[in-house]
Amino acid sequence: MELFIQQLLNGLTVGSVYSLVALGLTLVYGILHIPNFAHGALYMMGGYVTLMAMTKLGMPYGIAIVASMAAVGLLGVLMERLVFYPLRNAPPLHDKIAAIGILLFLEAFAQFVWGADYQTMPTPYGDVVTVFGFTLTIQRILIIASAVIIMILLYLFLKKTFIGASIIAMAQNREGANLVGINTNKVAMLTFFLSGSLAALAASLASPINLVFPGMGHLVILKAFVIIILGGMGSIPGAIVGGYILGFSESLGATYVSNDYKDIIAFAILVIILTVKPNGLFAKEGH
Amino acid sequence: MAVFEKRRLWLAVLAALALAFPLLVTNGYYVHMMTISFIWMIAVYGLNLFAGYTGYLSLAHAGFFAIGAYTLGILTVKAGWPFWLAFAAACLLTTLIGVFVGLVALRTKEHFFAIYTLCVGYIIYLIIDKWDSLTGGVRGFIGIPAPADIGPLSFQTPVAQYYLVLCFLVAVIFTMYRLVYSLTGRTYIAIRNSEELALTLGISTMKNKLASFVLSVFFTSLAGALYASFIRFLGPDIAYVSVMFDFLTYLLVGGIGTLAGPVVGTLLITFLSQQLQFLQDYRMLIFGPVLTLLIIFYPHGIAGGVIRLKAKREEARRLDPEANRVAAELAVSSQGRGERHAEEG
Repeated sequence: MELFIQQLLNGLTVGSVYSLVALGLTLVYGILHIPNFAHGALYMMGGYVTLMAMTKLGMPYGIAIVASMAAVGLLGVLMERLVFYPLRNAPPLHDKIAAIGILLFLEAFAQFVWGADYQTMPTPYGDVVTVFGFTLTIQRILIIASAVIIMILLYLFLKKTFIGASIIAMAQNREGANLVGINTNKVAMLTFFLSGSLAALAASLASPINLVFPGMGHLVILKAFVIIILGGMGSIPGAIVGGYILGFSESLGATYVSNDYKDIIAFAILVIILTVKPNGLFAKEGH
Repeated sequence: MAVFEKRRLWLAVLAALALAFPLLVTNGYYVHMMTISFIWMIAVYGLNLFAGYTGYLSLAHAGFFAIGAYTLGILTVKAGWPFWLAFAAACLLTTLIGVFVGLVALRTKEHFFAIYTLCVGYIIYLIIDKWDSLTGGVRGFIGIPAPADIGPLSFQTPVAQYYLVLCFLVAVIFTMYRLVYSLTGRTYIAIRNSEELALTLGISTMKNKLASFVLSVFFTSLAGALYASFIRFLGPDIAYVSVMFDFLTYLLVGGIGTLAGPVVGTLLITFLSQQLQFLQDYRMLIFGPVLTLLIIFYPHGIAGGVIRLKAKREEARRLDPEANRVAAELAVSSQGRGERHAEEG
């Protein structure tokens, strides 16, 4: 029983990270209908920028995260301006291939500048605490707490502010949003900024537990795709719930099934879902 | 007719060059490079058939390539099968897996299909990587025999292997040529252009997509089996997404949905990679942006660009007499109007 609850806590940590990454992916998909394969590279860049801000510039962990969120957010905006905007009328095949090109470039770039080694990120929150008889590091509590806070903030932003409402309006109908005077270009840029920042935040929070290396985004992005298909492409609550479902099933699967094959669980879930429902769970009807 | 003759001449020159290559270039390294790029070409033709002509981006093809390669390795080394039997079995098994994957994957469309196949590819990679006892895991798989002799033909020397791979490549290109210009090929293109319209016209899109997918998997597995017998060492890396992206780059640079594209793109990129060898680990610093810029500004690739240019020139020549006649008529009518004005005045 104790092992079970320990694994649930693990799942909660992993799920928080997955949810943050999937949120960024689903926001972009909702607005532009692009499966952004380069999102994993943004995640990786987020990890590196935070690490470098801490080790090279000597910033404290918290400030380094904010700086990294801003930097990677801008990188996302740059991506939208330089690549996805010129391709807005191209066949869908082109977006995907362009995104793959960006992914390859950013990975090679990280390897070129920072090397291929696995690096550890120091954290001021490495202490172990005991809560109700369960031991866990403060870093894990931090991951869970900040993920929940960010999700609530994002939800309030989208539902209660005018700018947030314009993002939702554009996701519902691009031409319609344009007609009522929403600057869809600005909204698209904002969405990419949010998406990049969320990826950077997720990477910065997860890196002290995992490691920082050029390929760190591969599995995460694939799993984020699984999550947004699970939760419905473009659906924000779906991304959050899907992230936690995947986090729990992985940590329980690693304990009770096989640690070696735990990464396959996500893909097995996806293959089963798409086999039964080819348009994903919660697909919009009549489209 | 003249165009047809010209094309024949070109093909003859190319074939003669390919046949004479090992005689002209005595440097064994270049023969090795050429053989490898022929193997990539076969795989890229597989991808081209499905992505270029049928319009579906499958990201699982590196996985099928690896299944073909590993099956050959395992059957010859571990099970001790005769080479050519194992070769046929490797292609057959991969194609069979392709049928099952296709049956399920093709129920999905567009983005879902790309993501689904990406995940299938990753599952294949993970299985090869983790199934230590069968595939050797990260240590790799060694000791695969070179192609066995067929009667008096021996394939032990690199030059003999070059000709063997060339034979397979020519067979693949010929199949593609016949296919693309047949009703079936046109059906695939109809599906690419609009699946709904094709369905409305009474085309069974599912059946055609599946046939195209399975044939493309077959080509890729053929390339994989040839790769295994030529390199004779396998690592799980060949199933990795980066191999998939290499295929995509070859296809896009050459021209997606064209017959010459895979040959042009693969040759050009392997040659360039050769020149940029000092960059080996970082070559994606160049190829990543090239891929992206290409898809934004020149999505038809080299072969596609040439075809478009030719079509435009043809169109201009066809329109030319027409344009002259129209211009002449306009001149006459305006002249007539001028005369009428003069009379009225």
